[in-house]
Amino acid sequence: MKVLVPVKRVIDYNVKPRVKPDQTGVDLANVKMSMNPFCEIAVEEAVRLKEKGVATEIVVVSIGVQQAQETLRTALAMGADRGILVKTEGDVEPLAVAKILKGVVEAESPELVILGKQAIDDDSNQTGQMLAALLDWPQGTFASEVTVDGGKVSVTREVDGGLQTVALDGPAVVTTDLRLNEPRYASLPNIMKAKKKPIDEKSPDDFGVDVSPRLAVVKVSEPPARQAGEKVEDVAALVAKLKSAGAI
Amino acid sequence: MAVLVIADHTNSALNDATHKTVTAAKAFGGDVDVLVAGQGAGDAAAAAAKIDGVRKVIHVEGEAYKAQLAEAMEALILPMMGGYDALFAPATSMGKNVCPRIAAKLDVMQISEVTAIEGTDTFERPIYAGNAIMTVKSSDPKKVVTVRTTAFDAAGESGSAAIETADAPAGPFKSTFVSEEVSKSDRPELTSAKRIVSGGRALGSEEDFQKYMFPLADKLGAAVGASRAAVDAGYAPNDYQVGQTGKVVAPELYIAIGISGAIQHLAGMKDSKIIVAINKDEEAPIFQVADYGLVADLFKVVPELTESL
Repeated sequence: MKVLVPVKRVIDYNVKPRVKPDQTGVDLANVKMSMNPFCEIAVEEAVRLKEKGVATEIVVVSIGVQQAQETLRTALAMGADRGILVKTEGDVEPLAVAKILKGVVEAESPELVILGKQAIDDDSNQTGQMLAALLDWPQGTFASEVTVDGGKVSVTREVDGGLQTVALDGPAVVTTDLRLNEPRYASLPNIMKAKKKPIDEKSPDDFGVDVSPRLAVVKVSEPPARQAGEKVEDVAALVAKLKSAGAI
Repeated sequence: MAVLVIADHTNSALNDATHKTVTAAKAFGGDVDVLVAGQGAGDAAAAAAKIDGVRKVIHVEGEAYKAQLAEAMEALILPMMGGYDALFAPATSMGKNVCPRIAAKLDVMQISEVTAIEGTDTFERPIYAGNAIMTVKSSDPKKVVTVRTTAFDAAGESGSAAIETADAPAGPFKSTFVSEEVSKSDRPELTSAKRIVSGGRALGSEEDFQKYMFPLADKLGAAVGASRAAVDAGYAPNDYQVGQTGKVVAPELYIAIGISGAIQHLAGMKDSKIIVAINKDEEAPIFQVADYGLVADLFKVVPELTESL
């Protein structure tokens, strides 16, 4: 089966984001950017499905600025076969991303779409569910285990109370949670090979999607700062402090 | 104006997240109806009818609603939305799973995990793991909102709304519930607990996690949480995880034990009222948000703390 994996270029997860002084957003100039961690897990899962002989081709797609091509190259180095860059300027909201991805799905006809459950920049956690809705496909969100058996996809999901397993009649959308797998590091030979793999360039217009935002950003501000308190010497001092604060 | 709130429940009981979502819906304005879709969810519907400020409860029974899977929920809720200006749900695993599906079908951009409501079109929500707060104004005709429950108080329980029953849409749906593994515990539920003790990678093993964390939690009547590192290492199950992509908590007392304090973890607990950190590394970032810090070997001081309570 063909597997489609959408990936997003975001601020590196080790970087502490800084709010711009004019409150228009977060300063991304000269900040290290990487593939969103949940997207890496999605690529890894697709590559493992290919290694098991379940997936026949892995297509990765990224929607974003020209540099998102680097994110696609990373996915190709991990083992994806080819890439599609849908070039946009500025931020694209999950609803518009889902509409573009629907167009990609219609053009590519994958039987499975695996993507991250959430991007660590806007923390929306929407795109996979929206894509499933627009396609009228079933969804297995927050996956910690995925098994493909013919046209059926079994997904074990991380839910508030523990784990839940659902059976999906494929084609299906799966979104990844942290425990699904540990993504590999691309080897140097694979990084070299990835440079030769094809990346197609598209635009939202190719899919007839209007990407103008529905949410206007009024402002982006710093959260209220929490001050460091005091260090206590020992357990007795800690207990005394907690008692006087009425916490115990 | 009217708002539909999706109840979060276990069929036998209504989750506190529902009460908090009703508070958020009331801040938005208009009549508030609560949808309880489940299987054998009569008690949950009765509990929803008691929430203050609810106009009516819509109770739907069906096998497909036992686990409130998104595909069946979409078929139920989408036709109802003609009568509502907004759909609200808690940002629990249920709300996160179901709401974007309905938003996409309504062609509106969902506003996720709102922490404040400034009128009927303007909302605050954390981004970048809570390192920034974004205020957005929606131009969509209907609003679909998930609510960060730690930001809202639970509505009271002195109401007596009418309960209407509605028919479940006929299936079959493209997803079916197979099984669940629910963590069994007599301790309080993590997201509504008043006290939480949370363990990190420094616990070193599942055995030591349980040996050191559980007696302290039981002494305090606290829920047990964990950092991502501890869950990834297999010391604690996934539903213990506190952080950006796990559970967001704001108890009155949060005791972080052997947790370094990565930004992803702080995102899930920094709104706690009192934070205590126990860590042997005095440079650990967790101390920058802790009210009381104890630089010590957890294997020595945690039993001492448990004993002294």
